[in-house]
Amino acid sequence: MNRPTLAVWKFTSCDGCQLTLLDCEDELLAVAEAVEIRHFPEATRKDLPGPFDVSLVEGSISTPREVERIKRIREESGLLVAIGACATSGGIQALRNFADLREFQRIVYPHPEFLASLEHVTPIATHVDVDYELRGCPIDKRQLVGLLSALLKGRRPDLPKGSVCNDCKRRGVTCLLVEGREPCLGPITQAGCGAICPSYGRGCYGCFGPSGSTRPEALIPVLRGAGLDDPGIVRMLRTYNAAAPQTAAVSTELEGAGDDA
Amino acid sequence: MLFDHPPPEVIDRAGLDQLVKLLRADGYTVIGPTVRGDAIVLAELANGADLPDGIGVDTDAGRYRLRRRGDRAVFNHSAGPQSWKQFVHPPRQRLDGPETVHRYAFLGTRPCDLAALAVLDGVLGAAPHPDERYLARRDEIFVVAVNCVEPGSTCFCASMGIGPKADRGYDLVLTERTGHEHRFLISAGSVAGEEMMDRLSHRRASGGEIAAGLQALDDAADSMGRTMPEVDLRGLLVRARRSDHWEEVANRCLACANCTMVCPTCFCTTVEDTTDLEGDHAERWQRWGSCFDPDFSFVHGGPVRETVGSRYRQWMSHKLSTWYDQFGTSGCVGCGRCIAWCPAGIDLTAEAAALAEKEEAP
Repeated sequence: MNRPTLAVWKFTSCDGCQLTLLDCEDELLAVAEAVEIRHFPEATRKDLPGPFDVSLVEGSISTPREVERIKRIREESGLLVAIGACATSGGIQALRNFADLREFQRIVYPHPEFLASLEHVTPIATHVDVDYELRGCPIDKRQLVGLLSALLKGRRPDLPKGSVCNDCKRRGVTCLLVEGREPCLGPITQAGCGAICPSYGRGCYGCFGPSGSTRPEALIPVLRGAGLDDPGIVRMLRTYNAAAPQTAAVSTELEGAGDDA
Repeated sequence: MLFDHPPPEVIDRAGLDQLVKLLRADGYTVIGPTVRGDAIVLAELANGADLPDGIGVDTDAGRYRLRRRGDRAVFNHSAGPQSWKQFVHPPRQRLDGPETVHRYAFLGTRPCDLAALAVLDGVLGAAPHPDERYLARRDEIFVVAVNCVEPGSTCFCASMGIGPKADRGYDLVLTERTGHEHRFLISAGSVAGEEMMDRLSHRRASGGEIAAGLQALDDAADSMGRTMPEVDLRGLLVRARRSDHWEEVANRCLACANCTMVCPTCFCTTVEDTTDLEGDHAERWQRWGSCFDPDFSFVHGGPVRETVGSRYRQWMSHKLSTWYDQFGTSGCVGCGRCIAWCPAGIDLTAEAAALAEKEEAP
């Protein structure tokens, strides 16, 4: 029987999302049996040609070569799934979108003239059509296995677009913001992690990026009430999904207002 | 306001412990308020000592704090983060498999929450399409209600015509009396309740105790922190469909769904199938959904309710108006949870008042 073919691709990223697939210890053999893995740099040197039924793409588009490469992968792939914060919003390296790239290059590299970087870091969907997105830094193992299981059976994967608050409430985790315990991005962040951080008494730091109905502007007065000053709010909004358009608009406006003052 | 006949008896704090013990001995999983972290949650009680001991709460819009009280009160706290909904209509349940039904005893159900259970009965338990799983869970429950002598600042059940006194839907009802002698007036509301009363150490209540209990409930009715405006809410919300107020609320609303999750009557769910990698095993799961989620009204082409304002309008209109059309009652019982547990502090009573005011002076 011909098994569906799977490829896992790496762009500008830390490999942590690929690692999540390897972390699926109990399910890994089942995955390897259910699909033929043809490309997966984190796991194997084997590199077989396409086409691929499913491509999982990790990382952001940060260099001119990556722009060309993702187009080729799109052409060779049936379904293309962007995995992780880098692939879905640009990731932590997109912080340079808010700063001067050449200044960074001068500080870090003795010969910046050898670098070929794009002015801005962008997510996969900026360049090619993406069929599904797995959010998170890193992605959630259950969502990954759930997605693969769904795609193997031709089912729509269960990827809710609501806020982390949904998961907190379903789990019986009480609200850090309302109890005055921690600033939390849960109300504007997409569910899917199972509310890990709030369940340990830590505020959500938004690694799943904006929810489908995100309203970061409405959270600003709430975060001020939780004791953050505006530079603190900008820092909180600018972590793993800093360049997600909804969040970036709000953090940029807030920063601009601070500069004016 | 009259107590039920026969007149109430009295149990002391040890009597409450005894009640928990007897219910557990009868095979009930006893659920009641207990302090966990920085909130009073509803969870299984191993014994009476798990109940709050002199812990109260300060609540306001978007705010909830525990505080130590000057007394040893067990039930004087309001608007907790959870409701009894989670036990009769669980946040997640598998629909295509057998289910172990707990025999629950609810200890400390307030009048607002009794009313909420009655609302859920009308939604999930009524003909022509009763939810059999809901009915199975509901049938087994022994309810010990608590009259509300100390409403919180987000409470408004009196203006919804509900509390602060429980009038039906319980097996036993308590009225907590703190002060120099910590005790509880207790009455039965069912045969099962009477039988339990007979097994509890209790004494007759004096005329003074009964009068003081009644007075406390009268005072409670007047000390609700909030009031729903005295207008025809049902008609107001119908007429307000095109109000510009919805966009004003939307500016403050996080669309995070907390109000719907903490609401003791919000019943909406979504269903998802799961399969394993081998394809040998499939399951069908139901979980709480919310009208604030973009997926909720998603049909071909996109969500019907695209704006946050339209989602808030849907929620508020359903609670206060279209619920009557659908189920014959209000969907709101005045518990105030949506006010306290909204991170942005949006206040349903204030929004209703604003709509009423705008209608008068457009």
